[in-house]
Amino acid sequence: MTGTTSPSGLHLPRYLREDVSLRTPVAFPDYRSTGLRAPLRTPVDLPQRLTEVTGPVLGEERVTAQDGDLTWRNGGEAVGQRILVYGRVLDSDGRPVPDALVEVWQANAAGRYRHVVDNWPAPLDPHFDGLGRVVTDSLGRYEFMTIKPGAYPWGNHHNAWRPAHIHFSLFGRAFTQRLVTQMYFPGDPLFGQDPIYNAIPDAARHRAVSRYSLERTQDNWALAFEWDIVLRGSDQTPFETDDDGDVA
Amino acid sequence: MTVNPLDVPPDPAVPFQPRSGRRGTGFLADPLRLGPTPSATVGPYLAIGLTWADGVWAASEGSEGGFWIRGRVLDGNGDVVPDAMVETWQADPDGGFASPEDPRGAATYPGFRGYARAQTLTGEFAVFTLKPGRVPDGEGGLQAPHVDVSIFARGLLDRVVTRIYFADEAEANAEDAVLRGLPDDRRQTLIAERTDDGYRFDVNLQGDRETVFFDV
Repeated sequence: MTGTTSPSGLHLPRYLREDVSLRTPVAFPDYRSTGLRAPLRTPVDLPQRLTEVTGPVLGEERVTAQDGDLTWRNGGEAVGQRILVYGRVLDSDGRPVPDALVEVWQANAAGRYRHVVDNWPAPLDPHFDGLGRVVTDSLGRYEFMTIKPGAYPWGNHHNAWRPAHIHFSLFGRAFTQRLVTQMYFPGDPLFGQDPIYNAIPDAARHRAVSRYSLERTQDNWALAFEWDIVLRGSDQTPFETDDDGDVA
Repeated sequence: MTVNPLDVPPDPAVPFQPRSGRRGTGFLADPLRLGPTPSATVGPYLAIGLTWADGVWAASEGSEGGFWIRGRVLDGNGDVVPDAMVETWQADPDGGFASPEDPRGAATYPGFRGYARAQTLTGEFAVFTLKPGRVPDGEGGLQAPHVDVSIFARGLLDRVVTRIYFADEAEANAEDAVLRGLPDDRRQTLIAERTDDGYRFDVNLQGDRETVFFDV
């Protein structure tokens, strides 16, 4: 792995900083809430040292058996289209990220979140709380059963509706790899008017959209959607070395 | 009009120059590269998915030497952001990390996780932790004690990253390469002030006193 060897002998990995043209900007004017919240100054480059290339180990101990099946809560079955969501967690070198905690949350089939500030007139479902947690296996694979979230209005602009999505939170192995994102469903007609989706640079937008999977669709039970999540891997940009092999 | 270099016949006067299989050359020897998944806002309903009963305890309750870091997250109007999540990650008091990614080996320190997450529902966040030790800066020196911080909120399409340093570590702070690289007034935004039960660290997302945020 490419990295930096310091005079003190520490060999630290260097994590890819993807070009800004492919990263979601922290601010996007069409998403109005960014106006007073997104920092205005250019962030300062922070060298990746020990604190940045390490990260907490969080896994099985944070997950219970029911956390991977969101369709059954309070002794009953959630209403909605049952779906299996599955995929792999990889780094950008294609290496699986095993034993990694994946936290998800979402609206119910009617597009309503079980949250005190969500009070638009769509029904809550007593058998759906919208919270899931799973841990990737030794090959970086994850899967959970849920119901397809509905779209919902959110007041950003006239007749603004969020496309159906599931929120994901991942740690990876290092502070640099921390990722909070949203998974979308293919062909959603609401994409065109959604500034949160459109804030993603055009070239990277497809990475946020899952794929319908006939292979994993379960006969007489559930549709399946596949979504691989890619965390930052090693920075393989060549760098200069001097005659002693030290980083110049 | 752009000329496609593949449509231009090679100049026989220029000798063939083999290139290493570095990224982006199109050579089959190129390492596999996958595009990282783009970030998205945590949204207003993060409490559904990201609430942990034990979230605020980077060090277990009652740990000797433990203290609270408390602070507000403020927007460009100076108003409190009540729906943010603040996460912290840091070394233990001996300068070790509870992580197998530390090339010196994963450290264990009794009752210490090194990681905490807290929401700002009450107007401020609070995490309970221990003072981190000094860790190597990779260039032969030591960094001042610091805590890496991620802030997530509705209205932030990606996390923003900052660092907490400690006001009572003036000597170490004066030697810290990251702090030394900042102008005086900007450096102050990263210094947590002493309080009765620990430290205070307010985060200004915008404004004259905008906190220094890092691209990591």
